[in-house]
Amino acid sequence: MGCCGSGAELTATLPAPRASNEEVLLASRVVADGIRQTDLAVPTIHCGACVRTIEKALAGLVGVESARANLSAKRVTVRWQSNGGPPPFVETLKRAGFEAHLFDVESDKDDGALSELIRALAVAGFASSNVMLLSVSIWSGAEAETRDLFHWLSMIIALPALAYSGRIFFRSGWRALRHGRTNMDVPISLGVLLAFGMSVYETVQHGPRAYFDAAISLLFFLLIGRTLDYMMRERARLAVRSLVRLAARGAFVVQADGTQVYLPVEEIVPGMSVTLGAGERVPVDATVSKGDSELDVSLVSGESVPLRATVGSTVRAGTLNLTGPLTLVVTAKASNSFLAEMIRMMEATEQGRSGYRRIADRAAALYAPVVHVAAFLTFIGWMVATGDLHNAITIAIAVLIITCPCALGLAVPIVQVIAAQRLFKNGIMVKDGSSIERLAEIDAVIFDKTGTLTSAAPRLVPAEHIDSASLKLAAALALHSRHPYSQALVEAAAGLTPSPVVFDDITEQAGFGLQAKAGATVYRLGKPSWALASPESIVGAASVALTQNGQWMTGFCFEDKLRTDAAVTVAKLQQSGVRVEIVSGDRKGPVGLVAAALGVPYRSGVTPNEKVARIKSLSAAGHKVLMVGDGLNDTPALGAAHASMAPASASDVGRCAADFVFLRQSLLAVPLAVSVAREARRLIRQNLALAVAYNVVAVPIAIMGLVTPLIAAVAMSGSSILVVANALRLKGGEGIAASAAPDTISAKAILEGAE
Amino acid sequence: MKDYFYLIPIAFGLGLTALTAFMWSLKAGQYDDLDGAAERILHEETDAPIRTTQPGR
Repeated sequence: MGCCGSGAELTATLPAPRASNEEVLLASRVVADGIRQTDLAVPTIHCGACVRTIEKALAGLVGVESARANLSAKRVTVRWQSNGGPPPFVETLKRAGFEAHLFDVESDKDDGALSELIRALAVAGFASSNVMLLSVSIWSGAEAETRDLFHWLSMIIALPALAYSGRIFFRSGWRALRHGRTNMDVPISLGVLLAFGMSVYETVQHGPRAYFDAAISLLFFLLIGRTLDYMMRERARLAVRSLVRLAARGAFVVQADGTQVYLPVEEIVPGMSVTLGAGERVPVDATVSKGDSELDVSLVSGESVPLRATVGSTVRAGTLNLTGPLTLVVTAKASNSFLAEMIRMMEATEQGRSGYRRIADRAAALYAPVVHVAAFLTFIGWMVATGDLHNAITIAIAVLIITCPCALGLAVPIVQVIAAQRLFKNGIMVKDGSSIERLAEIDAVIFDKTGTLTSAAPRLVPAEHIDSASLKLAAALALHSRHPYSQALVEAAAGLTPSPVVFDDITEQAGFGLQAKAGATVYRLGKPSWALASPESIVGAASVALTQNGQWMTGFCFEDKLRTDAAVTVAKLQQSGVRVEIVSGDRKGPVGLVAAALGVPYRSGVTPNEKVARIKSLSAAGHKVLMVGDGLNDTPALGAAHASMAPASASDVGRCAADFVFLRQSLLAVPLAVSVAREARRLIRQNLALAVAYNVVAVPIAIMGLVTPLIAAVAMSGSSILVVANALRLKGGEGIAASAAPDTISAKAILEGAE
Repeated sequence: MKDYFYLIPIAFGLGLTALTAFMWSLKAGQYDDLDGAAERILHEETDAPIRTTQPGR
């Protein structure tokens, strides 16, 4: 790894898929004559030294025009000359110690909303400070002519600023009105426009009271809240995007004349023949026509043990080919593959969530009619009392200005931004503010097993009968395989000196194990029944045996590795009154053992549809469910649940479907997020109460006609500062005490039981 | 009254200059990588930014 303990934040340690030149070419785009640009996601960029290492390494390659690393977005942009084919970026970065993935620029839609918000904010800031300067002179007693001049100047500054910065609110308010709804932007737009309109009238009539400063500084405050809110979501989105693993973008298709051509995944149609190397993901649903291998299906079905794939087996898009090359016959287009089906199911089940109305919108729905009725009644009252139309309108508009939801508009987003910041520091990404609101309401949690409660990779059970010589020998053999057991063996032998035995010839037999020759001696590492000359001589319940010329040397057992702090997490959640259960697609044996270790109820062998059904039945019983899962098979459930979380190692679709993504190994992220969300809900309620209290004081003053522009400006700034200060009290998530030793459950049978 | 004819345009012009400068720096991508910019001053090499064209801008 590059530097400063990089990788500590990331849990994704799956076999690195390779990026072929064709894939690089497919993901790049032309930016100038003869120059192409490729964007790479490099999740392990952590400091200035990483930036420098990466830029130096890439700039040294032949054909590279320029390379620039972005530390905030954890991305690298490389420009290269297209005449010589793509330089080996990914390999170079790997040598420098960084795992890089191609970044799909096309799907990364940057709608420019953030820069629009910042520009609007800058204009509003400029205008409000200038108008305020003029207003202070008026308040300190400028006489008639000067006052008029300053009013005119204020108007000249405020008009373009209002048109430019205000359109963000006008647009959203108008959209809501057109659909027959109201949101917070409707009263904001109305208040601002009326205040401006009345001020223009006052200016033209040489009147004393113009509210240009109130109108424009209101916009300024609200834009601050809006921009922070957007930046929070944008940062989480970028962070999640940078995790995107190299999905199958295409595959080598065998043509009629026997040559192979690389086609993007959308152009692959049923009947085509596709070749797939070890370490590549299956691009579309297919059946095997040649070859013998094992597939890692943990992300697709939740099963932790690799499945054997031989001629005639059906393989699903998204599974990872582990051991040998395969030739596949395509049976479905990408748009009809398992992956696409899961996405469709997720979209279909998401109505429950789209029906959720955000707190701010609910508050606005209550607030707008009350305020508008109050203003109208004030108008009627003054008309009846004095009969002076101009005076009545002025006072009614003053009521609207003073109640204009400055504090209300900031009350909710500012708390959510601070909560998201706390979560971000603890490695938890939040998709948007409504996720925090929904998470605060949950009272039941459903965990997936494989990849969520357990890490995807198994672990060697340490045992006394394993001497270091055989372990080293086994590890030396295992180095030649991608099978999870092999990788666990390599990991276990990491600290030891390499084995002195030199192998001549190593072959892997899919579904059985590895065979190697060292001179006349034949070593086998794999299924005991295959590795031993006589199956009766199996010793103990080992799932993998190491043999020499068919004679038993030693046996190895493996176990599922529970994620760090899984037990504490479950206990914490149960303490906070949340019901916990496991719903997994894996077989009964492994799931039961994990559930027993944690002491929670479970369901095993559950299909994606049944997961959704389980969530629906819990919802029908009045529960609000948090789904925590990582696999493709969890995706519809992630969409159906009231709130959802996924680990960083989850499938791309799963990560996109989840409201929260946690980057660290520890599962404590789940109770932490719940407690921060609940604290945020408490502060939001306090803030709304503060905003109401402010209105209770301010509205009578306005109705009595005592409001001056000075009072309006002071009251509005004061209430805004109050809610911001209150939001800063959010304490939750002051760091997770990460325990170093991962909990393991001693469950030799977990993996063996599933054989 | 006469002073206004100098002072107000000057105040206004200064504000506008700052606004224009901010807009320019935003457009030039100077805020795209704030964390990276903080680290880059520690590098010894001279360092000129490249324009990273974003889609949709």
